[in-house]
Amino acid sequence: MPTDTWVDGVTPEPGVAKPDPILVVDGVTRRFGGLKAVDVEHVEFQRGAITALIGPNGAGKTTFFNLLTGFDRPDAGTWTFDGRRMAGMAAHKVARIGMVRTFQLTKALSRLTVMENMKLGATKQKGESFARALLPPLWRKQERDIEERALDLLARFKLDNKRDDFAGTLSGGQRKLLEMARALMVQPDIVMLDEPMAGVNPALTQSLLGHVKDLRTQGMSVLFVEHDMDVVRDISDWVVVMAEGKIISEGTPDHIGQDRKVIDAYLGASHDAPTTAEEERQQLAAAEAALDAESDEREQLQQ
Amino acid sequence: MSASSEPTQPEPKDSTTEHGGGRATDDAQDVEALLRADNIVAGYVPEVNILNGCDLRLAEGELVGIIGPNGAGKSTLLKSLFGLIPVREGTVRLRGEEITGLQAHTLVSMGIGYVPQNNNVFPRLTVEENLQMGLYLRPKQFGERMEVVAGLFPRLGDRRKQRAGSMSGGERQMLAMGRALMMDPSVLLLDEPSAGLSPVLQDEVFIRCRQINTAGVSIVMVEQNARRCLQICHRGYVLDQGRNAYTGGGDDLLNDPKVIQLYLGTLAQTG
Repeated sequence: MPTDTWVDGVTPEPGVAKPDPILVVDGVTRRFGGLKAVDVEHVEFQRGAITALIGPNGAGKTTFFNLLTGFDRPDAGTWTFDGRRMAGMAAHKVARIGMVRTFQLTKALSRLTVMENMKLGATKQKGESFARALLPPLWRKQERDIEERALDLLARFKLDNKRDDFAGTLSGGQRKLLEMARALMVQPDIVMLDEPMAGVNPALTQSLLGHVKDLRTQGMSVLFVEHDMDVVRDISDWVVVMAEGKIISEGTPDHIGQDRKVIDAYLGASHDAPTTAEEERQQLAAAEAALDAESDEREQLQQ
Repeated sequence: MSASSEPTQPEPKDSTTEHGGGRATDDAQDVEALLRADNIVAGYVPEVNILNGCDLRLAEGELVGIIGPNGAGKSTLLKSLFGLIPVREGTVRLRGEEITGLQAHTLVSMGIGYVPQNNNVFPRLTVEENLQMGLYLRPKQFGERMEVVAGLFPRLGDRRKQRAGSMSGGERQMLAMGRALMMDPSVLLLDEPSAGLSPVLQDEVFIRCRQINTAGVSIVMVEQNARRCLQICHRGYVLDQGRNAYTGGGDDLLNDPKVIQLYLGTLAQTG
């Protein structure tokens, strides 16, 4: 596999440069009130690789995804996709230039059929302008191509026999498949999957994993958030670990498994419980000061 | 019980360990528990069980933590103790009396308080009104209870007239806990009280939990910050896939490689 070669030359440390990055992130922060949900100094994602983004609950993984794909705006920071500056770009444009994502909770349109959902995923449709829409010959050929592509994808995800069913009648696992298939309709360069295996039954997990590996074979880059470490170990070339908004570790799955920082992050507590009354007073004072600072900030915002 | 309004001194660390360890071993002897749940089976969707036979004991004066990976059923267990979801099999007892299936408001009047993870304050109401809501069953005791709660959370006393919706996440969490304490409960159930808070504010939440416990309230807390939770708990329960995976003293669990492994899946095996 080509991936093994680049991994050898990269030091496993947070923010390390990759030989051929497709996505480079610099100084991206996002605050919710006093909480810094995302605070990423620098991270690069290798082209053509499967990168897992892991971390405990509330580490900021989904928020980070939202920022990169234009579903949320950062307070600061820049990032480039294939050398293109992305900050401030709207979500639909991000998707159009080849960076698509799926959601943790699927967002299939339940009152449309599976096929209709797929067709909606296709971009650059010629019939989108009013004048052209009135002239079927201009878009009929394209419509057929899109349908073919959709059928092809549905077959790959074993949803072809469901093509005329309403998406709302699919099981949770099938919706995950549909969402991934729909994301591929835009022929993306990078696919970002938010907990693709969550709620999917074990039998389907295997086939989903196969599909993700296929994406890499086809030259796509994959970035995915996942909690199941078996999955992470199975398919990822590289693992990036977030905790409390920051990138705290990077490396191969083997390396990450031995990183004490990662184990600690999962079990929580960057702070330890106070052992003396004095320590307790100090922690309480620090917390109260933080609360005061927050409410001052809030008041200033309101003025 | 009477909650002292002075911030309480934490016990020295090693005495906690002994205490926790002792409780863990005599759990099997089936001490008379304040709250006990046996073989709980529960879930949200028909025929899909999230809990597949969970047990829990809470002795008088104890602080017990429930930890476990995502989807293990931690919050579901707490909800089933508080009558928020139907218990399909098993029993919940308070001081030996069966309370399975009783409604939340009945449980509140019996001395159980519950703080949900989200949306746990009335944003349009002031701090004082929120606290009044916590005591709507006994409005006459408001002054007295308010004093106790303001002793534990001075901030709430200082900001009686502030609207809850304009408070920060940390302050709201304290308000929610304060409201649950208004009824002078003997058992307090906390669902991830530190979730979404910055590390310094998590410190405060854990310290307050400990103080509330020292003041005489027995606590069951579900936490995602497993390390910190186990540091302050007498005993911990580790859930996995709706079952009790491990039970033991806080420190014992914290240093148990099997617990770490459960959190990190197979990753930790190489570590």
